[in-house]
Amino acid sequence: MNDPKRNGAAQIQQPPRARPLIRRGARLLLYAEIVLLAALLMAPWLSAWLNLPFWLDLATRMSILAMAAASLNMIMGLAGLVSFGYAAFLGIGGYAVAIPVWHAVYGGADWLAGESGLFHFALAAGLGAGWALLTGFVALRTRGVHFLMITLAFGQMIFYLLSGLEAYGGDDGLTLDLRSQIAGLNLDDAAIMHWLAVAGLLLALLLHAGLKRTFFGLVLRGTKADDQKMRALGYPVFAVQLSLYVLAGALAALSGGLAANHAAFVSPSMAEWTRSGDLLFMVILGGSGRVTGPLTGAAVFVILEEVLSSFTRYWHLPFGLLLIAVALHQAGAFTAFSAQVRARGKQGAMRAEADQ
Amino acid sequence: MNGALLLSQLINGLQYGLLLFLVAAGLTLVFGILDFVNLAHGAFYMLGAFVSATITAASGSWPLALLLSPLVVALLALPAERLVARPLYGASPLAQVLATFGLLLVIEALAMLVWGTEGRGVPLPAWLRGHVTVFGAILPTYRILIVAIGLLVAAAAFLLIHRTRFGMQVRATASNRAMAEALGIDTVALEARIFAFGAGLAALAGVLVAPLSEASLAMAFEVIIIAFVVIIIGGLGSLMGAFIAALLVGMIDTMGRAFLDDLLRAVLSAEAAETAAPAISSMSIYLFMALVLAIRPAGLFPPRTRGRRP
Repeated sequence: MNDPKRNGAAQIQQPPRARPLIRRGARLLLYAEIVLLAALLMAPWLSAWLNLPFWLDLATRMSILAMAAASLNMIMGLAGLVSFGYAAFLGIGGYAVAIPVWHAVYGGADWLAGESGLFHFALAAGLGAGWALLTGFVALRTRGVHFLMITLAFGQMIFYLLSGLEAYGGDDGLTLDLRSQIAGLNLDDAAIMHWLAVAGLLLALLLHAGLKRTFFGLVLRGTKADDQKMRALGYPVFAVQLSLYVLAGALAALSGGLAANHAAFVSPSMAEWTRSGDLLFMVILGGSGRVTGPLTGAAVFVILEEVLSSFTRYWHLPFGLLLIAVALHQAGAFTAFSAQVRARGKQGAMRAEADQ
Repeated sequence: MNGALLLSQLINGLQYGLLLFLVAAGLTLVFGILDFVNLAHGAFYMLGAFVSATITAASGSWPLALLLSPLVVALLALPAERLVARPLYGASPLAQVLATFGLLLVIEALAMLVWGTEGRGVPLPAWLRGHVTVFGAILPTYRILIVAIGLLVAAAAFLLIHRTRFGMQVRATASNRAMAEALGIDTVALEARIFAFGAGLAALAGVLVAPLSEASLAMAFEVIIIAFVVIIIGGLGSLMGAFIAALLVGMIDTMGRAFLDDLLRAVLSAEAAETAAPAISSMSIYLFMALVLAIRPAGLFPPRTRGRRP
């Protein structure tokens, strides 16, 4: 009934199967991403040489976003879990750095106060993992759309929690009076900050690539293909997915901690649900499940945001249109449309023949 | 805690719950019948508020805006359905949320072009600005009007879906699309109408809210998540579930904001209660959602027939 060759006109109702935006063997893109990664590694020297400090800032932001997107890509690519509440982890990680710093500077809450970067990042990872464990426990009992919506709602919960922290700035956010102190690394130095962000990105990419090959990763991919079958085979699907979710959550929270250090500022808007949408966009644009895909996604996003928003305050308009186009393409709607047009053309030709 | 205060907070909760239902109804219908997740649904709520502000300013008559704005927005929803939603019916939820997220940004930017970034206040006619006293509680007339309209529209929506020929076709399409089509129902047109109907209901909520707060761009982004919480709690696709969940969420949120402070004071110090209460009360509905899902992962009233596109 759904054979496109037999009834082209009815095709529009049943778009072809979802297709990845980028084909598996996109060699050229992979090379571009490797070049991009190399450029990121050399960015501090490049920007000093070209005397463009602003570009380094952009590159650091890109690396951090790519790290967050890579962690989302992990759960999407390995387990097929689409979360729309991912920005919450960034918010958690950001505040895990900002709040101890605030107490270290202004006193109070000695058990939480601290300048040590190790403490900050351990706290960020721990809280991120904890949040993933708590919400994953509820959300992973569902699948597909339900999972997506539940993570969306949980993400917004963190947004409201952070907005409600009146002592730490509430809606206005919190400025970090000093950055995390790590022995041998001065994060006030833009180059060092950048390399730390790139290190985080590499960690996320290598983890994803490594997990893909492990038995754990294989089981996960099995659950992505058919989780009921995996359960019937005796694999602890829930536990395996929850472990992945916790790992990815910790990683995303680390990227939030990096973002807080980079901007020296945190605010609840880090956890806003539209940020989760941006991250999803980056993953999809780079090709969901492609290990290096988030590099492309984050690069395109940062450039779009920077370029479009400098041209016009209505930059959401072209960005939104692009999102729609990407989604329609991913669902194969354009192919279906052109098939429909062709079918109509054929019908018209036949009618013209019959009229003669 | 005295009776009059409790009564006025109950009315507030009821009013908020009914407004949430108006937004959530369209969301849950579109999901139940079209299997479509619409993140842009909140945009129709926002458009309702802005359109009513413009009509009120142009004609000087708020009741006219109340009647016309939902129709205008429902008409505006039709091209959105045709161009963005319809090609994605039956596609992966990921493609749907991505596209409707884009649609939301597009509508927001267009609204910014038309109305600017500033909010628009909507003045009420004098006869709605008064108060009435019920059992010692002073209640604004307008809030009572919202409750009345909300209950009326909810009842009308139920009758439409469960007692009319149109509703029968809708339910038939929801349970088995191919069969409905074989029986001669124009499902494509029906789906467009359902989408527009949902958009109109959300717009009505926006119209009703505008005089209380004001029409603003942020409305589109705030309401959608709460509406999702409502339909998750109620069971995705269930109109009845959405109604009950909306009232529960409205009540919990309102009561939390009003009384949590005092309740916490019983167990915590005054200072701690004051800091904790706003944060906890703004999370209360999400905690409630987590609780419901922990016990019933499919929500309170998961619809019995779901299987449009297996």
